[in-house]
Amino acid sequence: MHFKARAHERLNDAQLQRNLARIQGKFVQKRREALTELDDVDATRDAGRDIRQRALDNLDVWLEMFERNAAARGATVLWAETPADINRLVLEIAFRHGVKSIIKSKSMVSEESALDHAIEAAGLTVVETDLGEYILQINGYEPPSHIIGPALHKSKEEVSELFARQHGTPRKDDIAALCLEARGVLRRHYLAADMGISGGNFFVAETGSVVLVTNEGNATLATTLPKVHVAISGIEKVVPTLEDVATLMRLLPRSATGQSISNYVDVLSGTKGEGEFHGAEHMYFIVVDSGRTEVLASEVREALRCIRCGACMNHCPVYQNVGGHSYGWVYPGPIGAILTPMYVGLDKARDLPSASTLCNQCGVVCPVRIPLPDLQRKLREKAFERRLGTPGERFALKAWSWLARRPALYGLAARVGVRVLRIMGGRRRMIHRLPFGHGWTDGRDMPAPRGRTFRELHRQRAREARATQPVPPR
Amino acid sequence: MRVGLFVTCLVDLMRPSVGFAAIELLESAGAEVYVPPAQTCCGQPAYNSGDRADALALARKVVGEFEGCDHLVVPSGSCAGMIRTHYADLFADDPAFAARAAALAAKTHELTSFLVDVMKVTRVAGRYDGTVTYHDCCAGLREMGVKAQPRVLLAGVAGLTLKEMPECETCCGFGGTFSVKFGEISTRLADNKCRHIIGSGADAVVLGDVGCMLNIEGRLRRRGDSATRVLHVAEVLAGKP
Repeated sequence: MHFKARAHERLNDAQLQRNLARIQGKFVQKRREALTELDDVDATRDAGRDIRQRALDNLDVWLEMFERNAAARGATVLWAETPADINRLVLEIAFRHGVKSIIKSKSMVSEESALDHAIEAAGLTVVETDLGEYILQINGYEPPSHIIGPALHKSKEEVSELFARQHGTPRKDDIAALCLEARGVLRRHYLAADMGISGGNFFVAETGSVVLVTNEGNATLATTLPKVHVAISGIEKVVPTLEDVATLMRLLPRSATGQSISNYVDVLSGTKGEGEFHGAEHMYFIVVDSGRTEVLASEVREALRCIRCGACMNHCPVYQNVGGHSYGWVYPGPIGAILTPMYVGLDKARDLPSASTLCNQCGVVCPVRIPLPDLQRKLREKAFERRLGTPGERFALKAWSWLARRPALYGLAARVGVRVLRIMGGRRRMIHRLPFGHGWTDGRDMPAPRGRTFRELHRQRAREARATQPVPPR
Repeated sequence: MRVGLFVTCLVDLMRPSVGFAAIELLESAGAEVYVPPAQTCCGQPAYNSGDRADALALARKVVGEFEGCDHLVVPSGSCAGMIRTHYADLFADDPAFAARAAALAAKTHELTSFLVDVMKVTRVAGRYDGTVTYHDCCAGLREMGVKAQPRVLLAGVAGLTLKEMPECETCCGFGGTFSVKFGEISTRLADNKCRHIIGSGADAVVLGDVGCMLNIEGRLRRRGDSATRVLHVAEVLAGKP
């Protein structure tokens, strides 16, 4: 099933539409307000872009520095080339340390490899501790619909019903009570777990640290209570210095949730040292390629600057109406429309680069200035070269351009076309059904043209003007 | 001052009155208007659909037709944006032609921004007795910086009251070929726009792109609203709504 068919289902899902309408605009307003706190938003965004671009321009250098510094602090850096490698490495670590139960804080990269399923298939238990991810996990591993609010598509009532069913507790209709209930359940898992898995918002090259940005504090517990901590993130998440992180942190929470700073920012460097109270005894980094090197070598490399704030989807009119599940894979919205075709294959996601109006609302809010519409267009070019569209589309497009290059023929076709359409429009000048344009007329009328083109009217006026001019004397 | 007018293919085919309104506005502002008779399309449908070769051929045609003018004015933020911000990308592999395209891009303007920013027009001839709301079309707003200019000019139209609607900067869902390819989503976005237009209590929505006009008007009529008018800003400013 492709984007269009999934979007059709979502557009006709009344409950989902109510839920989407409820959240629409909230992120937009909060982000706008939060950014007013910065003295110079544009300069900060420029700095954010430059930091991310500098990291990408010499990615190998920063990654090697990261590996060196992480190792110096007692951590082990492992490299995953494919999604399957992520799962294999996690299980190897788990078996090495005799791990039975695992807790996880949020990691979108682990969604790329369906890590939870691999863990369970190996006979171990895994519990998601991010509230949104937990809700999705106990709902039969429903996929996330948003990169920072994975369960945003669900209403309070749906969660309430789910908790009552899965926890065997009375229904609660108060959000605080639901959170407390989840906390009670999760606390037991934290204490019992022997391994914690986290994502990584940034890998810091100069210190060999991972930075985790959360609001629930779950990442702090998941990464410091169990004896083993595994942080998984993409190769592109490395930044040179802690000072770079400070700059990016001025942008990330503000762009994401409209917070000046998230409730928790963990900077985890190495294993628990002598006399230290917090930290894992064994620390691993799984640094994931899984298609990123190819993106880096492609025309859409700027997409790797992404810091996963979600502003592009929060502001996208298409996302706001069809929801995240329509995009079909881990990353929805405008950034997903670029990453998904790159990571899973353009032929498997051929709708996605075209699934936007190119309104550029995403481009103007991106904190690291990723030119999202331009990148979508680059993928449309690839899709066109590979003839992934329908023959009908291609023919119509080619025919139009062919005509437009031949002004005389275009003029003739236009004169005939507008007359036919005018007749089709009838007395009300509205066309209710276009033979090759049902995509338009299924939900809209097509206002009929007036019956004559601008070019013919203009030529006629020029002729009349000449005719009324006095003849110059000989 | 010789101003080339690129009316756009949609005005040529669907709404010629916009082209004539633009000519009147430009002439009243003191410009000598030149309308190349063989003009057709800026190449945007091809460009946005990934057909670079055809987009390139049409871009060459446009550059050739208009580079002799002092300015190029377009009654569409979308097509003006194509020439101003995207031709450079098309000619990236052809430095000689890229320089010509860049020169044209630098003097390419959306109609209302040309009138206000270049010609310093503050008063226009139009009269409109009624309340209108303004929809900011995406490319005009985000590629060409068109926001205050149409409002400044509309404020000078006798009898006209402007009443802003919520989300006036949100896309109407047109998106060129998107409107047909993803008709259902496009219709939903248009429907949201119609709700805001109707909710504003205005008796007309004014905007600067014929593509978005067709989309909004088509949805209004299908919803059964035959009263709310959909007008191009040039028509209102020239007093020819």
